[in-house]
Amino acid sequence: MRMKKKYISEDKVFSFFVYLFLTIVMLMIAFPLLYLVSASFSEPQAVISGRVWLLPVDFTLKGYEAIFKDNSLIRGFGNSVFITVVGTCLNIVVTVMMAYPLSRRKFYGRKFFTMFMMFTMFFSGGLVPTFLLINQLSMYNSYWAIILPGCVGVTNVIICRTYFESSIPEELYEAASLDGCDDFGFLLRIALPLAKPVLAVLVLYYAVGHWNSYFKEMIYLEDKIKYPLQVVLRQIIIMSQIADEMMLDFSTAERVQGMADLLKYSTIVVSSLPMLMLYPFIQKYFVKGVMIGSVKG
Amino acid sequence: MKGNMFKTAGSTEAAVFTAPAAGPAAKKSRMQEVLRKLKKNWQLYVIIALPVLILLVFSYGPMYGLQIAFKDFVPTRGFSGSKWVGLKHFKAFVTSYQFGRLIKNTMIISLYSLIANFPAAIILAVAVNECRSKWYKKTVQMITYAPHFISTVVMAGIVLMVLSPYSGIINNIIEMFGGERIDFMAKPQFFKHIYVWSGVWQSMGFNSIIYISALAGIDPTLHEAAVVDGATRWQRIIHVDIPGIMPTIITMLIMNCGRIMTVGHEKILLLQNAVNMSTSDVISTYVYRVGLENAQYSFSTAVGLFNAVINCTLLLIVNKIAKHVSETSLW
Repeated sequence: MRMKKKYISEDKVFSFFVYLFLTIVMLMIAFPLLYLVSASFSEPQAVISGRVWLLPVDFTLKGYEAIFKDNSLIRGFGNSVFITVVGTCLNIVVTVMMAYPLSRRKFYGRKFFTMFMMFTMFFSGGLVPTFLLINQLSMYNSYWAIILPGCVGVTNVIICRTYFESSIPEELYEAASLDGCDDFGFLLRIALPLAKPVLAVLVLYYAVGHWNSYFKEMIYLEDKIKYPLQVVLRQIIIMSQIADEMMLDFSTAERVQGMADLLKYSTIVVSSLPMLMLYPFIQKYFVKGVMIGSVKG
Repeated sequence: MKGNMFKTAGSTEAAVFTAPAAGPAAKKSRMQEVLRKLKKNWQLYVIIALPVLILLVFSYGPMYGLQIAFKDFVPTRGFSGSKWVGLKHFKAFVTSYQFGRLIKNTMIISLYSLIANFPAAIILAVAVNECRSKWYKKTVQMITYAPHFISTVVMAGIVLMVLSPYSGIINNIIEMFGGERIDFMAKPQFFKHIYVWSGVWQSMGFNSIIYISALAGIDPTLHEAAVVDGATRWQRIIHVDIPGIMPTIITMLIMNCGRIMTVGHEKILLLQNAVNMSTSDVISTYVYRVGLENAQYSFSTAVGLFNAVINCTLLLIVNKIAKHVSETSLW
């Protein structure tokens, strides 16, 4: 009896620490995000003097009004949508085209093509030769330079191939070929409809990748009107290159005293909004992708 | 009909491979065999052609361009037209005063990242696994995975804002306790901590997924047996859970060890400034700066190649060791 009682209380103490730990972790992750949002809605003075903790102080929409005075953010947003949609479509097409033959056990040359693909994962020409090649192909300052080079994502091909292998038995192919179905027909009419769950995962992986990427865009795009959102964000948030239009309404004193910071807070919040709204719906697909990927390539 | 044909084809295939391939007759029949297989799969080759072409141009093309590491590249002459100079650029890099600093920074940042990130994800996974309330578990996962979806630029922005000397929350806290405001980004000694811990903040949750799923796969009878033997929950973590996810831990460790000389340039470039350069400059950012900003194409290609060869070798060694130790390897 005494033993049992001791066990239960120990269990409770343990549970308490588990919950405590998880709560601390959650707060540490959520707090900076919450602070950013609150700061973006507060008067710059309140933020600087440290009066903002959890909720906005002296509520204002100044920052949000200011960032939309200049259309670079909206244009960047549009460009990002374009790159993401076109890029992801191309990604999906070539990924399936690579993964499907590799998933077929009787495909002659399967090993060779797998090695051919895997090698690029471990060794690459590196930044500068790639940059020079893109220039030689006269793709500099065009969206092709962003969409084409990385469009066969090796890890994603492996995820897709693993899924094909595990969910489409070889017997199904043999049965289909008895009915006179060739490889093209099998891919389009049987394999693809069966692969819908993994396609959802891949679309999200690629789309989030495009949406969040800035480096390629920064080195390959020259015209400002072609900049996607992340490059515009880099100029505003990191380099503090804030368009004069945004600052027009503010006195010099305000500019010095953190108006720039307020603009940055608002920009961060606005630019993260689309992802934030989609996040609850896409989270489970990402988790699924990790699971399929971990089955091993 | 067709299925039958495949079966017979399969058996001749076996016969060809077991027969000693000697004499011109055997050689010829083997050629025919290969041709027949190529013909049978022609549609698959058509399908795979486009992605293979893309990889060939954009992944293998730059590898062909690597030759400029051994040349003095002149853009007008192209990759193959420039003059060979042997190991000149490699020697210049190894003897340059930056060499030691770059290697040191790269090693410190990547090792520190590994040491901080690795246990964080495992501890979080174990805690989530021990959490009995389903609702709370879901909430924790939802919130801890979220930073993974923040872009590098916004992430760097958050770091700069949180640490901002004017309005940053950290400095507000420091001031509240009577301390002096600190311009963190201008202090070289803080750079590695900022880089690593912002990384933990961003990826701890997402890295834990793989361990959470491994923990869910542990045989529940093991836990039941341990309870019967009077093990406390803590003891069950140590003696059941941790050994249960050991294979996953080892695989992840191997993958990470192979990347020890790799530190990505994307986040560092955003956090780097002239003042913290002494601790924030790593090989990849150096390649970017010298190669694309100063247009020293050959020299920076040599630096990049030097790094790539080290990475590749490391990965091969680590994989070999892993095969011996745990029979789990990457390929």
